[in-house]
Amino acid sequence: MEQVVQTRGLYKTFPRKGGAAQTATHYCPGCEHGVLHKLIGEALADLDLQDRTIVISPVGCGVFAYYYFDTGNVQVAHGRAAAVGTGISRTQNNAVVVSYQGDGDLASIGLNETLQAANRGEKIAVFFVNNTVYGMTGGQMAPTTLVGSKTITSPEGRDPVQAGYPLHMAELINQLRAPVYIARVSFSNMGKLRRARQAIRKALEIQRDGKGYAFVEVLMACPTNQKMNVEEATRFVAEQMEVEYPLGVLRDRAAEAVPIVRSESDYAKETLDRIFSLDTDRAPDAQLTPDAPTFRVKMAGFGGQGVLSMGIILARTACQAGKFVSWYPSYGPEQRGGTANCGVVMSGTPVGTPLVTASDILVAMNRPSLEKFLRDVKPGGLLLYDAAMGEVTPPAGVRALAVPATRLAQEGGSARAANTAMVGVLAALGGFDLPERAYREAITCNFAGKDAVVQANLAVFDHARAWALEQELP
Amino acid sequence: MATQLIKGNTAVVVGALYAGCDSFFGYPITPASEILHEAAKRFPQAGRRMVQAESEEAAINMVYGAATTGRRAMTASSGPGISLKSEGISYLSGAQLPAVVVDIMRAGPGLGNIGPEQGDYNQVVKGGGHGNYRCLVLAPANVQEMCDLTIRAFELAHKWRMVAFVLADGVLGQMIEPLRFPETSTTPVTDVNWAVDGTAETRLNVVTSIFLDFDQQEAFNRLLQDKYAQVEAAEQDSEAYRLEDAEIALVAYGISARIAQGAVDAARAEGLRVGLFRPITLYPFPKDALREFVAPGGRQLVCVEMSNGQLRDDVKLAIDCACPVHLVNRMGGNLVTEEDILARSRELARSAGGRE
Repeated sequence: MEQVVQTRGLYKTFPRKGGAAQTATHYCPGCEHGVLHKLIGEALADLDLQDRTIVISPVGCGVFAYYYFDTGNVQVAHGRAAAVGTGISRTQNNAVVVSYQGDGDLASIGLNETLQAANRGEKIAVFFVNNTVYGMTGGQMAPTTLVGSKTITSPEGRDPVQAGYPLHMAELINQLRAPVYIARVSFSNMGKLRRARQAIRKALEIQRDGKGYAFVEVLMACPTNQKMNVEEATRFVAEQMEVEYPLGVLRDRAAEAVPIVRSESDYAKETLDRIFSLDTDRAPDAQLTPDAPTFRVKMAGFGGQGVLSMGIILARTACQAGKFVSWYPSYGPEQRGGTANCGVVMSGTPVGTPLVTASDILVAMNRPSLEKFLRDVKPGGLLLYDAAMGEVTPPAGVRALAVPATRLAQEGGSARAANTAMVGVLAALGGFDLPERAYREAITCNFAGKDAVVQANLAVFDHARAWALEQELP
Repeated sequence: MATQLIKGNTAVVVGALYAGCDSFFGYPITPASEILHEAAKRFPQAGRRMVQAESEEAAINMVYGAATTGRRAMTASSGPGISLKSEGISYLSGAQLPAVVVDIMRAGPGLGNIGPEQGDYNQVVKGGGHGNYRCLVLAPANVQEMCDLTIRAFELAHKWRMVAFVLADGVLGQMIEPLRFPETSTTPVTDVNWAVDGTAETRLNVVTSIFLDFDQQEAFNRLLQDKYAQVEAAEQDSEAYRLEDAEIALVAYGISARIAQGAVDAARAEGLRVGLFRPITLYPFPKDALREFVAPGGRQLVCVEMSNGQLRDDVKLAIDCACPVHLVNRMGGNLVTEEDILARSRELARSAGGRE
């Protein structure tokens, strides 16, 4: 039986690979992925990190990294390793996350994820294999392919007019503030190999200490796709790649970086109840009263007139009074475009559609809203409109009242509370039969935490309600 | 028991927190954004994690990472975002990772508009990504269910190691209704049989969706299909309303079901024997209960949906076209009206009567 020498940090044999030859890797002869695996594995073992480590296998030649690393392993979608690493690191504060990626994966389809994770300073050690070509898919041009280099998709050589210039990932990432450590290394001679070994250890020590993002770009050739023997490949790295991509440590802030500690999840119900203020902010459950009438109220006006919160106050009042209730707004760009509307439905039975098409009551705060929604008021329905828009002739069968909402609000003590004034008028004339206590609770709740505002709005409500009780509806 | 008046999108976050969701990863999109906003506010208050991702793809892949470690994780979006997440959902399914995805549907295709629609049915129920996978799909019809079905989505996702969707629409996301808060909260336990969480206990585990060997890949696909068969046997859920003596059943989910329920009452007031069948699970589709309804014969179904017959197609499949299946639908951000449904119900009742 042949003797197998085990590399520390890697499995002794590779049963996940299947088939025969379970002591050989799936990499091509002459490829340096094996060297990088070995350096990472040894460092993980020496630093006693294997239990804590999760290695992310990318899509590319490194896709089967999980055959080899004696750590936790996860295989991910093309280019998404940095996002997956973020998810792991954020939920497992103590995990050492190692992302092993090639140039198509990291610098092309995953460029956004790469830069954003670096920019957030995620606790990930990224080992980036730059061999200037797509390997697994058969030798296509990569973002890192040298100018003039022939690949299967740049058969005449990379032409920068067509395909741009080689992407310098280490330098790009060096523009960001968060990363702790950035280096570019190669294995093209023994001295460089030693420096590569140091850089890899440094990146993993930073993970051991939870200090943040480390990026090590490793220059390699791809003997298979570039049709080189090992000597030619080594010369290509030393004489061409290292000219385009200078080696060195671009940044090392390991000494001054402080550990990043993520919060611990609190699952206690008491905590959640407190977060949602369930002790102070609570309403009674709705009471089934099938004989009670259903009201469908439409409210509309300019954005900023408080139309939506007028609806919420009315809905909250009904809720406090044990009604079934729904509130549904216009939303998105429409509300930012100047007009806003909402519909409130209150009922003695569960609410069906929350949309108010045919309305029992329309509250119109401006003329465009009036023109848009007036025709939907049911016969016998009620129109309350802001007196500022001038005279309005309602359709036959619709009762109408001009409400000087702004004046009532001013007189009540808060010029901004025209919407609350309308609520006061609704309380007097809406026919809802809701207790006054419920209105006061709803207003108090709506402005919770701002006592002066609560008092001002209650005063406006009282004043407007008193005014409305003296009006005569047609 | 505590009740609060709450927005549908907020109720999702309430459900997620009480269900023990550990992390939320999201990207802004109307009409789902309030889920992200509320998560940004509430998750850190409970020590949970929230990351605003750089893209929808990044968000779903952050979910993949968090799910790999066995934690409860989620994201939320609307149609255009769900399209982008489809890659990640396929990978989650291929790796048998549990996760919850919320889709607050808007009108499409393309950029469409932000009004409510149900046009993501096929994408979500049939699986918008590549490969032979299914996702659990729960369809709330009110704010209470936005919370309760989010909780159930986490339970089912982890029970079956599947992606579980909460499929709602712009109305349900944006509307405010009373919510009864959950009476218990969940402290999740990591399943060390498959999770990879950076501990000695899980060091031998691997999360992956790749099988180079064709036979292995096929065997894995068979295993998935066996699991889905179990899911179909165990998890179908639906609700019947005035269906016992109905000759016409409206079939609708989500907000359309609420409108249909109003139409049922109006039809009954006219003496028409109309009822409502509301799927609560869209996958598995509650076909057993629907088959039971059509079995006696002489019955008709009317699908009420805010899409182009996507639900109707599933209904026909579920009952093997055993009875006529009609369609009342709106699209583009419009809701079906009670009047539309009522008019069609009258028409069908009249022609059925004429045949006798």
